Amino acid sequence: MTEINYVFETHGLNIFYGNFLAVADVNINIPRHKITAIIGPSGCGKSTLLRAFNRMNELVPDTHIHGEVLFEGQNLYEKSVDPVEVRYRIGMVFQKPNPFPKSIYENVAWAARIHGHKGNMDELVESSLRQAALWDEVKDILHSSGLAISGGQQQRLCIARAIAVKPEVILMDEPASALDPIATLKIEELMQELKQKYTIVIVTHNMQQAARVSDHTAMMMLNGGATRSGTVIEFDETNKIFTRPTDKRTEDYVTGRFG
Amino acid sequence: MTAKENRKKRIESSMRPGDTVLYSPLSNLSARNRLGRTWQLVFLSSTIIGILALTALLLNILDRSFGYVVLHAKVDPATFAVDGLPLEEQTKDQLVSLLETELSSGAFNKLNNEKSFEERSRAEVYALVIERLVKYEVEETWPLFESITNSGEIKAYAAQEYPGDKLTFISWLTADFISRPQSSEAVTAGIRTAILGSLWTILITILFAFPMGVGAAIYLEEYAADNWMNRVIRTNINNLAGVPSIIYGILGLAIFVRVLEKLTSGAVFGLVDPTTANGRTILSAGLTLGLLVLPVIIINAQEAIRAVPQSLRKASYGLGATRWQTVWSHVLPNALPGILTGTILAISRAIGETAPLVVVGASTAISMDPSSPFSKFTALPIQIYQWTARPQEEWRHLAAAAIVVLLALLLSLNAAAIFLRNRFARKY
Ligand SMILES: Nc1ncnc2c1ncn2[C@@H]1O[C@H](COP(=O)(O)OP(=O)(O)OP(=O)(O)O)[C@@H](O)[C@H]1O
Ligand SMILES: [Mg+2]
Repeated sequence: MTEINYVFETHGLNIFYGNFLAVADVNINIPRHKITAIIGPSGCGKSTLLRAFNRMNELVPDTHIHGEVLFEGQNLYEKSVDPVEVRYRIGMVFQKPNPFPKSIYENVAWAARIHGHKGNMDELVESSLRQAALWDEVKDILHSSGLAISGGQQQRLCIARAIAVKPEVILMDEPASALDPIATLKIEELMQELKQKYTIVIVTHNMQQAARVSDHTAMMMLNGGATRSGTVIEFDETNKIFTRPTDKRTEDYVTGRFG
Repeated sequence: MTAKENRKKRIESSMRPGDTVLYSPLSNLSARNRLGRTWQLVFLSSTIIGILALTALLLNILDRSFGYVVLHAKVDPATFAVDGLPLEEQTKDQLVSLLETELSSGAFNKLNNEKSFEERSRAEVYALVIERLVKYEVEETWPLFESITNSGEIKAYAAQEYPGDKLTFISWLTADFISRPQSSEAVTAGIRTAILGSLWTILITILFAFPMGVGAAIYLEEYAADNWMNRVIRTNINNLAGVPSIIYGILGLAIFVRVLEKLTSGAVFGLVDPTTANGRTILSAGLTLGLLVLPVIIINAQEAIRAVPQSLRKASYGLGATRWQTVWSHVLPNALPGILTGTILAISRAIGETAPLVVVGASTAISMDPSSPFSKFTALPIQIYQWTARPQEEWRHLAAAAIVVLLALLLSLNAAAIFLRNRFARKY
């Protein structure tokens, strides 16, 4: 049996806010068990594109998309597909850490419980926190508030919470942008661990970070037309994007000569 | 002199000795500070006016709740003396036998059945003798402050005008006043029926309006799409909150008392004879007040739900939670303190409402305690309103005492709700 190598395939993906075409004509394939980075200048639609992968865009009123996003060969936007199921299989970590105002333990356990987790909850909480490299720091304060730990710890708690659901993909929108270099490093190491089991798509502003952690990179840019829509101008192995980009704009951007 | 120098002079003149001010010649800081101080004074004075008004209200009520009264005995207590022993000094047994001889045997047995005379204390029996045999009537009353400042004159006046009558200083608000039913004599009138009526009514109001209001708020905030119809609904809920309460009374009369009479009278449940069924019940009153406070509860709950950070909802949905799981586990717990605060305010308003209850058919001449939602009822504000409308002074003293009870009831309900709110307030 041949494995499909791509978790996501997008075909002619256009994303609208009302009448505004924010992201135009994206055709990329996200490979399995790899880290894919989405980079580009502010406002070019990185977050918008990322949210299209688990239908989180729908929480914003008045958005719609044209084209298709295939997940394991299945179009996520088909009528019969339930967005709740989509988000269950494709987890998300947000830019600003957003733990629930509950205990650390409950933060992780709640996520599992809503999906009817039957096994040993203590074990699941521990293993999720371990995978998120947070266990040693919080094992003695499991029942204190998830908001009473540092920002970096909160972000790893959010990752642990996402893992507890046992998703297939984890989407991360600038997960380290609010963190100091050491906490950032921890998250980056964590991502290397996680990619053994999960496919990861990460949006980042930080070129070094993209170069360090990702296997593939999608370069986004405003397409320069009158509509000011963003699009993916180049998608390739990270290595190639940073050393031998084919697009002049990519070269300018990654070498810091942009704008 | 240039404008610049002028300004500099002004700044220097506004300095107090010892002040060192770092100013630029162009600074308008002193003008800004002056403006700030002016507004601060305005805010302070509005606070003071509010406090003064409240104090005046409380003093007025207290003034009427205590004071001298002249009591006239219908039957002179001296006639009940036994062997020269006045009533005050007689034993309990003597008092009981006095009651037995003076009252009809039916009345005596009725009293004995309510609570046997063996169980009653001497003080209780003495109170019965006063109430049933001596039968004091109020001749004239004085408010508290006059009673204190002018007691000499009052005593002289009473001795001259009402010779043989008793002048005493009393509190209109007594334990008996709270525990006795309504009566046609001011001395024996009480507000138990009204208190129970108010409590029953408010209970129905809460049971109806709280779940309905919170449910509607959840629907409007979390489920309803942002289309024109829902926008119209939202706007109109705001308008409904401003509709005068008497209109709700008329609405309640039309719907609950008339159209739903079978239900509100209890006839549907076979509790009353359908031919005499009457919709003017506690249930109708409670539902009417429920309708009245519903918009306020909805608006406050919407406000509280909207204040729950969007990031929490995103986190929840991002984990694959359904809308209901998100609402139940995150939105509601975080909005609950705010929802409860809004409900407290709304219910406080409902307790004091009079007009809609009058329209829905509160009665005042009721001495039977309400026993179910289908009972006829009276309520504290109704009782107060009715007493203040009477010409004799003594009823206004009773009304003041009832107002104190109403305020106390209000405060204790609020305290209970605040206690609840703090228990539910977020622990993390
Ligand atoms: N909720 C929204 N409603 C309308 N327009 C939006 C909304 N969110 C984003 N946009 C627009 O869509 C475009 C892309 O936004 P997006 O947030 O995806 O950019 P981004 O690349 O993530 O930027 P950044 O790096 O600053 O986060 C922008 O022009 C933005 O103004
Ligand atoms: Mg973004």
